[in-house]
Amino acid sequence: MRFVDEFREPELISKTADEIRRLAGTERHYRMMEVCGGHTHAIYRFGLKDILPENIELIHGPGCPVCVLPMGRIDDGLAIAHEPDVIFAAFGDMMRVPGTQGSPLEHKARGMDVRIVYSPADALKLARLNPEKHVMFFAIGFETTAPSTALTIMRARSEGIHNFSVFCNHVTIIPAIRAILDSPDMRLDAFIGPGHVSTVIGCRPYEWIAHNERKPIVVSGFEPLDMLQSIVMLLRQLNAGEAKVENQYKRVVPWEGNRAALKAMAEVFELRPYFEWRGLGFISQSALRINDKYAEFDTEQRFEVPGIRVTDPKAAQCGEVLKGVLKPHQCKLFGRECTPEHPIGALMVSSEGSCAAYYNYEHRKAAMVTLSLAG
Amino acid sequence: MTDGLTLDRLTPQPPIAPAATPADAAPTRFRDPQIEMAHGAGGKASRKLVEGLFAPLLYGAAPGPLGDAAHVDINGTTVAITTDSFVVKPLTFPGGSIGELAINGTVNDLAVSGAKAEALVVTFVLEAGLPTQVLEAEVRAMAKAARNAGVRIAAGDTKVVEHGKADQMYISTTGIGRLLPGVTIDPLSVRVGDRILLSGPIGDHGITILLARGELDLEADLRSDTRSVLPLVEALIRAAGPGIRWMRDPTRGGAATSLNELARDCGLGMVLFEDQIPVRDTVRGACELLGLDPLHIANEGQFLAVVSPEYADAAINALSLAPGGNEAQVIGEVREQPAGTVLVTTLYGGSRIVDMLVGDPLPRIC
Repeated sequence: MRFVDEFREPELISKTADEIRRLAGTERHYRMMEVCGGHTHAIYRFGLKDILPENIELIHGPGCPVCVLPMGRIDDGLAIAHEPDVIFAAFGDMMRVPGTQGSPLEHKARGMDVRIVYSPADALKLARLNPEKHVMFFAIGFETTAPSTALTIMRARSEGIHNFSVFCNHVTIIPAIRAILDSPDMRLDAFIGPGHVSTVIGCRPYEWIAHNERKPIVVSGFEPLDMLQSIVMLLRQLNAGEAKVENQYKRVVPWEGNRAALKAMAEVFELRPYFEWRGLGFISQSALRINDKYAEFDTEQRFEVPGIRVTDPKAAQCGEVLKGVLKPHQCKLFGRECTPEHPIGALMVSSEGSCAAYYNYEHRKAAMVTLSLAG
Repeated sequence: MTDGLTLDRLTPQPPIAPAATPADAAPTRFRDPQIEMAHGAGGKASRKLVEGLFAPLLYGAAPGPLGDAAHVDINGTTVAITTDSFVVKPLTFPGGSIGELAINGTVNDLAVSGAKAEALVVTFVLEAGLPTQVLEAEVRAMAKAARNAGVRIAAGDTKVVEHGKADQMYISTTGIGRLLPGVTIDPLSVRVGDRILLSGPIGDHGITILLARGELDLEADLRSDTRSVLPLVEALIRAAGPGIRWMRDPTRGGAATSLNELARDCGLGMVLFEDQIPVRDTVRGACELLGLDPLHIANEGQFLAVVSPEYADAAINALSLAPGGNEAQVIGEVREQPAGTVLVTTLYGGSRIVDMLVGDPLPRIC
């Protein structure tokens, strides 16, 4: 398959892995954070840890939009969907995320009109097909998905569709990275930069990480060879004592980003003064809301939103895992109370969440290693 | 796959009625407060429902490994019996329709249990308002599929529910089959070193249905793989009968779920070689786009088999020569570790655990 197989070519992969081992040596420990949940998923799916030397530690970052959404926002969305004649539309990613009274899928089983859509445009199509209902699109995602939400709202305006609104939970990546770097318990050497987000925002917004924080960052693709090559680029910088922004994912990411997408976002959204992130707390200017010009498409302005705040269960250590302070299996609930079938924290729900990825692909392997060491 | 209500597949035959514990006092372990869609999706949740509620109350004992069909002794003759219901949407799709699935599904459940379907009983649940033309087309499809599979429709039943209380039509088929000589299917007979065989490319059916629903703006030249696998199973038994340990048709939940069940039942590790697993490019492409794993996608015309190593070559040769078996592959082998687990290894030395599917596969977008 083109554009995929080239980046999974075994010989090239093992050559690159050799290069990584050579560059990493044995003297030094390297801590690299992959910001994006897609990278977390790829690391586990392709078993990249198996081919990396032990002194390269990959730390999972906050870039899984489902995982950083506070439970209260899900409850808010579901509360609105309880009103008569409302259709709750969301990506498949959201469907198993637990609210206090259950996930959207569980609400659907109890009779709520919940639809899985594959793009915001599909939600708008639902509104067109169901003029007697109100379609609420539960929007999530970083700058990757925000432009398509913006364009859909603009299209709803131009088509004069009135039974459609967006419950906007779009967040922005840079403030989250800043929060991670500001966290006192965080010791990182470098970043594997998010690939999909960067197709929209480009590479320039990361320059402060290199210049001010002196941390190298390489924007990376999602195939095994992409990620390994990015690690090579980071090792070269670290070994040379450099800190630059580099773009490994040039085949997709333009340095300046996607101007049309940014323009659509600027047309429809404005920054919220602050927004709550699961595990990271309130971060100022870290999320988007729909601006007054498009207020009629803003669920939060059209409906009474309860503004539910839910504290995560005390024992759950989602925050520490999200910041990379703890590994998923070091959380007290991991694999016991909290599993993909009965997730307590969102990190266990999305396949991009580090807990679910670790649970699905890795933890029994870890158990095996422990066993064989003990035996 | 049946939903596991095929409990007494191992000899000796347990008593028909639970002897020790009266059914109304039998302990159940199913604690989910309500039935969710996931309980019907063929993965972990389905298994919990069967093992935690159905088995203790209807079977009366902890069931052994759950197979695709039960073996029942009648006056000294053992027959295989199984049942399956079909609720597919849309009713017709590239490569097949609900009628064809209803025949092939039950024929295949019997085939991978080492039995040839002799007779089927059919139940229709129809929604008032269903156009006769639609029904007739499906009945014709069933007649054709039954002829192809060499099975007789012996009896049937029809129920009609109010408009809006069902989605057009549901079909349930129950099949009874004669055991094929020369083969014993038993997950507990699986040994370290055995080879895992797959009859052909996986994921065609599930992805075809996903695309046929028209909710995705994706198009692909792809057809459901629905067919009777009996001819392939017969060819395999002729060539490698004594070496066959286990067979299963990986329908909902995909190959990963079937192999996880086997791993759990026999307590061994199923190690798959990713580059050996046949998957069409269109299926791989769709899975890449949607964040799905082909190993979790449903099939309707493929089966998995575990054979002892000395029979592996003969088995693959026989399958390759049989019509529709030319893409059969050895996709992995049974190892001691990781016990009870399915591990996929890549050519470049990475590996990952592939678990059973939890609920339905949901596309990943953001």
